[in-house]
Amino acid sequence: MLATSLDPLAITALDPLGWARAQMALTLMFHIVLVPLGVSWAFMTLIANYRALKHHDRDALMLAQRWSKYMAVTFAVGAVTGTVLSFEFGLLWPRFMDQWGEAFGVPFAFEGIFFFTEAIFIAIYIYGWRRLTPWTHFWSGVPIVVAGIFGSISVVAANAWMNAPAGFTTGPDGSVVAVDPVRVIFNDSMPLQAAHMLVAAYLVGGFLVASVYATAMLRGRTDRYHRSAFLISFSVAAVAAPIQMGVGDSLARWVYDNQPVKFAAIELVPTTSSDVPETLLGRLDADGTVSGGIPIPGLASWLSDPSTGRATVVQGLDTVPPDARPTVGQVNIVHLSWDVMVGLGTLLFLLAAWYGLTWLFRRRMPRSRLFLVAAATSGVLAVIAMEAGWIVTEVGRQPWIVYGLMKVEDAVTGNTGVWLSFIVIALVYLAVGITTVLVLRAMSRRFRRAGGFVDHDAPYAPSEPPTPSVPEQEEVR
Amino acid sequence: MSTAVAVVLLVAVIAYAVLGGADFGAGFWDLTAGGPQRGARPRDLVERAIRPVWEANHVWLIFILVILWTSFPEAYASITLTLFVPMMIAALGIVLRGASFAFRKTVVALRYRRIFGAAFAASSVLVPYCMGAIVGGIASGRVPAGGVAGDPARSWINPTSVVGGVLAVAAAAYLAAVYLVQDARRLDEPDMAQHFRRRALVSAVAVAVIAAAGAFVLRADAGYLFDGLTSRALPAVIVSGVCGVGALVLLHRDASRGARALGVVAVAAAVAAWGLAQSPYVLPESLTFSAAAAPTGTLTAVLVAAVLAVVVVVPGFVLLFVLDRRGLLPAEGLEDEADDVLEERPRQRTHSSGHDGA
Repeated sequence: MLATSLDPLAITALDPLGWARAQMALTLMFHIVLVPLGVSWAFMTLIANYRALKHHDRDALMLAQRWSKYMAVTFAVGAVTGTVLSFEFGLLWPRFMDQWGEAFGVPFAFEGIFFFTEAIFIAIYIYGWRRLTPWTHFWSGVPIVVAGIFGSISVVAANAWMNAPAGFTTGPDGSVVAVDPVRVIFNDSMPLQAAHMLVAAYLVGGFLVASVYATAMLRGRTDRYHRSAFLISFSVAAVAAPIQMGVGDSLARWVYDNQPVKFAAIELVPTTSSDVPETLLGRLDADGTVSGGIPIPGLASWLSDPSTGRATVVQGLDTVPPDARPTVGQVNIVHLSWDVMVGLGTLLFLLAAWYGLTWLFRRRMPRSRLFLVAAATSGVLAVIAMEAGWIVTEVGRQPWIVYGLMKVEDAVTGNTGVWLSFIVIALVYLAVGITTVLVLRAMSRRFRRAGGFVDHDAPYAPSEPPTPSVPEQEEVR
Repeated sequence: MSTAVAVVLLVAVIAYAVLGGADFGAGFWDLTAGGPQRGARPRDLVERAIRPVWEANHVWLIFILVILWTSFPEAYASITLTLFVPMMIAALGIVLRGASFAFRKTVVALRYRRIFGAAFAASSVLVPYCMGAIVGGIASGRVPAGGVAGDPARSWINPTSVVGGVLAVAAAAYLAAVYLVQDARRLDEPDMAQHFRRRALVSAVAVAVIAAAGAFVLRADAGYLFDGLTSRALPAVIVSGVCGVGALVLLHRDASRGARALGVVAVAAAVAAWGLAQSPYVLPESLTFSAAAAPTGTLTAVLVAAVLAVVVVVPGFVLLFVLDRRGLLPAEGLEDEADDVLEERPRQRTHSSGHDGA
């Protein structure tokens, strides 16, 4: 209403494109942090839960119960921020939905089912601790993990379709007249992109959780409970890290083959050439030359196709007209993000290797304080790497919203009030983000203060209503 | 085929109205429960009633949006272009509501509980109002076809939208009260059952009055819809009215069962009546479902997804609701101060373990 009442004053001068981009970026970058927790934390919780049941491990049980309680918060925030995205597809990009909704939407129709399943079973799992039998309760958690995997694959399939649009026929006026849903979902970019995000979800989730416990261990809380928490979460991340190196490498080669302009932006290649150096940092200047940075001769060519080595030709940015490729500024964003993602990914891989090798040869985790310090930062670093990766794929696709078919500027809403919705959304998300962290920290402090189980003798309550316990028992421990 | 998908869409909207709607309505009763002392017990009941189910119920909304944009993309583009403001407010309200509900149950200090509680409860009223206003804008033919924007203000600030918004808030509150009566009985809190029975009666009357007044508004402001409600959709309107009256009688007599089922059918039939009344149009008098429909391949995929939803999701919901009704989802695994700070008062919890009875 505000937008229209100010209309047609100065506000009309505010082009919605930049604001819409900013709002989409903000809401997606926020939501994507919650995705790994939604997908992989349930898996880690089930590992702890399994240990608890199989080996009567009380620390593991407490861990699973606490994690499930934290998950209740992160899942709720993830669910509602995900909903905003469904609104925004239409609110910010109505012409994209108008033209391509019938194809782009197909994977989401199936994602809905997985999301339903996830929401149903996460409720059963979180609230079923006391009165379901232990193994029934354990199994109620398994669908969360399965639905999380397939749900994220479905969403990424839709994003992959934007990179590799397929499975449709257009009529003379450019509108979609026929859709092959199978080809839409299983588009060329989908397998690797989905694998990359799925592994990222386990990698980021694992490092994120592990970093909390590494911090606790640095502060002297090195009891069995904290060690178990660290071992479970860090092991998940450590398994994911090397897999991610392989998947990421394959995906980069897919981009080289199928989205040469994005690849040129990633590798900072202004003109087509062979023996292309891998430039670390550095920037593209407005005149189309690369300055600064550390070039490693021939490496980009070699990595693009090892079979032809340094002779591999990499297509340059100038092979397409300026209006069909990212701007210089966007190229620099893509390239820098790429360096950040690969750099941090490599560091995290080395950290995982340190852990893995120590485990292999010494049957224990590394004892060095440096390792714990690195592990304590790994969560934030993994999140940054994931965000950087998302920037590479999204900004690298510019100016296209559907690669080669529709530009972002042709998809955007004509609504001039987006600047206002962006500001409000930014404030609300900032508040929600900060509060989420504060709330989780407060919970953790309370848990610590309360010590062990309140129901001391009945970690799993019997199916009768449990005998009342008195608050004073909290101090027993 | 587009008709089949339209039916799926309508069923999803009905499911969201009777399941998600009641969760919003519970927020309405939270908002109006009074100060921390007096409102403690109703708030506690609201909290325990919707805690395990609201997220699953909320997914219906996502499902609706996805079916709409996938199957009728032109309509979704027109709707989002025209109704940008109420949709953005609704989206923000959903974030505030879900997040603050999740936060509230994890904090101990009364001050924070009140802040989060207020955000939860206020947005629980705001969102259904926006939804109703959106429906009103669509149903009164204010959203043009062709993926173009209609009037960005009058499309949702108009008589039909006001009726839609107020009716949505009232119907949600009514449903929630009817559910909460049952929940209170189940949890053996007879005084709370009376508390919400009174509110169910009042809100039932409110819904009836709004609907009756709304009929006059629609006749003047939404001719096509009004004609539909008095012809094609008349059977659904009658079912809704009869069930509504039946539920009212049962509530008045304090009958032990039946009121909830009749209340649900009343609201479901009202939503169905809206759908029937504006058929065959997705955007009344400018765009039909068949004209807006996506190609056959897409519609087939959506129908397959719908069948899968029936096979997978419906049993899941049944399981969740049955477990919940039987009191098998009483609380989280771990005792936490925050679970027990809902203001000092005698409690009569039967299922959750912990500090009560001490």
